[in-house]
Amino acid sequence: MDCEIPHELRYTSDDEWVLCGDDTVTVGVTDFAQQRLGDIVYVELPSVGNQLAEGAAFGVIESVKAVSDLNAPIAGEVVAINEDLIDQPEIINKECYGGGWIIKIKPSNREALDSLLDADSYRKIVGERSD
Amino acid sequence: MTAPKRTPLYDTQQRLGARMVEFGGYELPVQYTSIREEHCAVREAAGLFDVSHMGQIEFEGSDAIAAADALFSRSLAGREPGRVLYGLLCNENGGVVDDITCYRVAEQSVFWCVNASNIEKDHRWILDHVESSVAVRNASDETGLLALQGPASEAILSRVGSPNAAALRRFRFARMEVAGCAAFVSRTGYTGADGFEIYLSGGDLAQVFEALLGEGTPLGLRPAGLGARDTLRLEAALPLYGHELDDDTSPLAAGLERFLDLEVGGFVGADAIARDRDAGLESRLVGFTLEERGVARAGCAVALAGKTIGRVTSGGPSPTLGKSIGLAYVPPEVAEPGSGIQVIVRDRALRARVVDTPFV
Repeated sequence: MDCEIPHELRYTSDDEWVLCGDDTVTVGVTDFAQQRLGDIVYVELPSVGNQLAEGAAFGVIESVKAVSDLNAPIAGEVVAINEDLIDQPEIINKECYGGGWIIKIKPSNREALDSLLDADSYRKIVGERSD
Repeated sequence: MTAPKRTPLYDTQQRLGARMVEFGGYELPVQYTSIREEHCAVREAAGLFDVSHMGQIEFEGSDAIAAADALFSRSLAGREPGRVLYGLLCNENGGVVDDITCYRVAEQSVFWCVNASNIEKDHRWILDHVESSVAVRNASDETGLLALQGPASEAILSRVGSPNAAALRRFRFARMEVAGCAAFVSRTGYTGADGFEIYLSGGDLAQVFEALLGEGTPLGLRPAGLGARDTLRLEAALPLYGHELDDDTSPLAAGLERFLDLEVGGFVGADAIARDRDAGLESRLVGFTLEERGVARAGCAVALAGKTIGRVTSGGPSPTLGKSIGLAYVPPEVAEPGSGIQVIVRDRALRARVVDTPFV
C-alpha cells in the first residue's frame, strides 16, 4: 500500500515515529500503522510523569476491529500526552504525523535515539510486510 | 492447513483495493476503504457484500420436507413455497449445531443457507440423520451469494432489471433475473437494514456485482466488507455462530425461542430444549452499552461487585450510536434492561448497562 514516510523522522519496527526535539521527543504511529488499523476508535494514554522503559507498553490503540499496544520507542519520562485523542481518536487517521501525535517523552539517555530506524530503513521493513 | 479458497470476485475485490482476511476458509474483504464508511453507507444508502463463503445445502425428493422438519427448529408443514425461515439445527442435548435460513423452494424441494465455518459439519450432520431416499446435495462451491443491504437496495435492484424485487415482502424469495442472470432473490439479510440476498451461479457473480455497483454507486451504494458486516449485525443484535451460539449453547439462553417450533416438536434437540425451558435458565444473552470510554471485545469478563458473572460474546464500537456496545451472557437476575454491570477490559472494570436490543 502507498504510505507516507517523512524523511526527517525516526522510526521503530513496530510502526511508531519519533520526532527528536531539543529536550523531548514526540511519538506517534506511522501512516502504515493507521492504514493497517483502519478507523481508530479509542486511544488509552499514559499519565504525564510516568517513567517508561524502552519497549514497554505505554498505551493501547483500538480500531473498529483491532487492538494494538503502543510501545515506548526509548526509555524516559512522559512529559505530555495528546488530550485531543481522548475525544477524537480519529485524528490519527487524518494526520498521524501532525495533530495525531500521541505522547512526548523526555529521554533518559539521548544516545538511545541513534538506534532508531531512519526513513529508508523503515521503508524497507514496510515494503517487506506489504507483500 | 489448506490455503483459503477465493470467491470468483477475488480479482474484482483486489481491483477495488480490498484488504483481505481469512474467514470460514475463504479469503474475503474485511474492508475496502473504511469499516465505518461502509457501515454508514448501509444505514444511509446501501452496501454490497460478497458472502459467497456461505454454504448452500439442497434437499430434493418426496421426503425432502419431512427430512428438513426432522432437523430444523421451524416446521415447514403448512408453509407455502416462497417463504424463508430463520432457525436452528440442534443436537440431542439442545445445543446449536448451526443457525441457518431455510428456503422452501417447491413442494419437494428445500435448500438451507448455512454458515461457512459449519458447511462440512452440517453436511455430515444431515447425512447422519436423513433417510437415503432424500437427495442431499452440498451446492456451496458453485453457488455465489451477494448481499445488497440498505434502504436504497430496492431502487438499485429495479435499475438492474429486477423491478419484481420490490414486490417481495420480508422473508420471501422468488426466482428472477438480476442484471440478465438467473437468480434466487430473498428479502433477507444480516445487517438489520432492509435489503436482499441474491443467490447466483458462481460464474455470474462478477457480472452481477459490477452491474449493481455501476447502477448503485450514484445512489450511494458502496462495496462493503466483513468488518462492516460484523458491526452492522452487532447493532442489530443478530447472533454470530461461534460467538453467541455453539454446540453447547442453549437457544433459549440466546433468546431465540421464537425460532423454535417446540409445540410442533419433532426436530432433533426439541425434547432437551423443552426440558431446559421447564428447568429455568442459568444465563441469558443481553445487549449492553459501555458508559465509559473504551471498547468491550469478545472474551471480556462481565462482573458485578468484584465477582465474575458472565462473558462478552461480541463487542465493538457502534458507528451509528457512537458508543461501545456488546452482547454478553449474564445471570437472569441482571438481564433486565437498565441493570448496571461491569465489563473488564485490560484489568479495568468499566461501567456498562444492559439495554434493549436491537441497539438501533
